[in-house]
Order: sequence, then structure tokens, then C-alpha cells
Amino acid sequence: MLNVENQKPPKGKWTTPPFDPRFPNQNQTRNCYQNFLDYHRCMKAMNRRGKSTQPCEYYFRVYRSLCPISWVQRWNQQIQDGTFAGKI
Amino acid sequence: MAYPYQLGFQDATSPVMEELLHFHDHTLMIVFLISTLVLYLISLMLSTKLTHTNTMDAQEIETIWTVLPAIILIMIALPSLRILYMMDEMNNPLLTVKTMGHQWYWSYEYTDYEELNFDSYMIPTTELKPGELRLLEVDNRLILPMETPIRMLISSEDVLHSWAVPSLGLKTDAIPGRLNQTTLMSLRPGLFYGQCSEICGSNHSFMPIVLEMVPLKSFESWSSSML
Ligand SMILES: [Cu+2]
Repeated sequence: MLNVENQKPPKGKWTTPPFDPRFPNQNQTRNCYQNFLDYHRCMKAMNRRGKSTQPCEYYFRVYRSLCPISWVQRWNQQIQDGTFAGKI
Repeated sequence: MAYPYQLGFQDATSPVMEELLHFHDHTLMIVFLISTLVLYLISLMLSTKLTHTNTMDAQEIETIWTVLPAIILIMIALPSLRILYMMDEMNNPLLTVKTMGHQWYWSYEYTDYEELNFDSYMIPTTELKPGELRLLEVDNRLILPMETPIRMLISSEDVLHSWAVPSLGLKTDAIPGRLNQTTLMSLRPGLFYGQCSEICGSNHSFMPIVLEMVPLKSFESWSSSML
């Protein structure tokens, strides 16, 4: 399983997404998409429970570093229009 | 970089390219040995009086010319696989940079901290300054810190392109809808040139890549000045 603690960068110091053993290949499409999904799922779950959304920031930073700007724009538009294909 | 009438590769700037150059020389030596042997055998057969025209069941020679080529092929395959897996490795990158291929230019995105992105167009021949290289210069270079492992993510907005920098040993296809990853590492500062390496339309030859590797300090001041 993915060790979330080891994946986190040192406190207060963010460089770039570390190596993710779920995505060891040249193809990083899923790495970007999964972190985008995880961010929105995390936000939804935290908001439902009335908790702080601060832990979701990690997913945000990872998907922002990995995903092309145009992809994020397109997905955000689709979420707004209710046509996004992923399960959030 | 490349020069007129160049026969070999460009000088290596990254550890991966050093490995590739060694592998190329190693394989070329094997090719020379085999070619020499074959040429020698051809000249022998053309000049001989052709005795032994009905040799049959020669077990020894059959075994030798089966096993020897197998060993030679293994001697090529193993180092090749070693470099293949070495190139796949991603060692704790300190920076992630994305490049998107367009018809017909490259765009670059630095989004680890702020959103810094820009397009990189070729400078037309008529606008070149003295000393600049025809069909190779761009208006906005990809500036990166040297001696730093960098995660390059390559994709495309329209058709297939290929992002290539020969002296760093890099060539990664830019495929629409797919993110390809490669490690970029330069051992020294300087300008490194490359070109789109997948036929992508009428201006395929006019979307070069210019990498400017600088010390980390200069990179930091450049990136903060861009925001
Ligand atoms: Cu192209």
C-alpha cells in the first residue's frame, strides 16, 4: 500500500511531487488524473463532515504540478457543467 | 552541438548520454568485427578452387556458428537493457516541468509553485541576429537549473510530436491525451538544441527546442523575474 506519511514532503517545504510507486512507468497520465480525482473526493468528504480541507492541499499541489494547465481547465469546466466523467 | 560534416554524435551532457555513447561504440566494434570476418570469408570463397563442395554432418562447425552468434547477441542485448531501465528511473526530482507540443511550437509550464507558462516559437531566418543559428533559435528558451534532476512531462495539444535534445540523450513522444515522463539532467551549463522529431505537419521543421542550463541561483532569479 501507498505510505502517505513517506510521500509527504518535509513540513513547510514543498518542492515537487515525489516518486509515486503506483505509477512507476513512463506513462504518467493516470498519476495526474488520480490526484485530480482524489483532491475533489477529499474536498467533498471533508466538507460533508464539516472538517478542515487543509489535508486535501497535498493532492492539489500534486495534480497542479503534474497536470497540463489545459487539462485542468477542461476538467474544471466539465465539473461546472456537470459533464465530468469521473466519480467524485 | 552539431557542426557541419559531423559524423558522430554530439558531446554528452548527461550521464544517460555518456552511457549511450559507450553502448554505441561497443556495438559498432562488434559490427566491425563481424563485417571484417564476412568480407574475409567472401574474398576467400571468390578466390578458392572450391574443394570440399560436398561436406555434410559437420557437427563441430554447426555448434560453433550457432553458439557464437547467440553469445554476441547477448553481449549486445544486456547492456542495451541496462540503459533502457536506467532511462526509466526517476530519482527524486527537484522540479517538474511540462511541455506541450502544438502545431507548430512548443509551450512550457512550470507549475510547482506559481503558474508560469509561455510559448516558444522559432525565430524566422529574416529576423536572426549575427551568429544565431538558422532554424534552431527560439524567442523564449526553456531555462532550467543544471546538476539537478528534473521531471519532464511531455504531451501534445493536437497531433503527435516528439521532444528531443540529442546531447542530453532525450527523445520522448508528445502524444495528445497522454503524459510521458522522462528525467532531464545536465552536468554543465550551456545552450542545448533539439528539434521536433515526429512528423507533425507542414511546419514540423520549424519548431526547435532550446534548453538553457544555468546555475540554480540564476534560475531562481530568472523564474522570480518571470512572475
Ligand atoms: Cu512537431
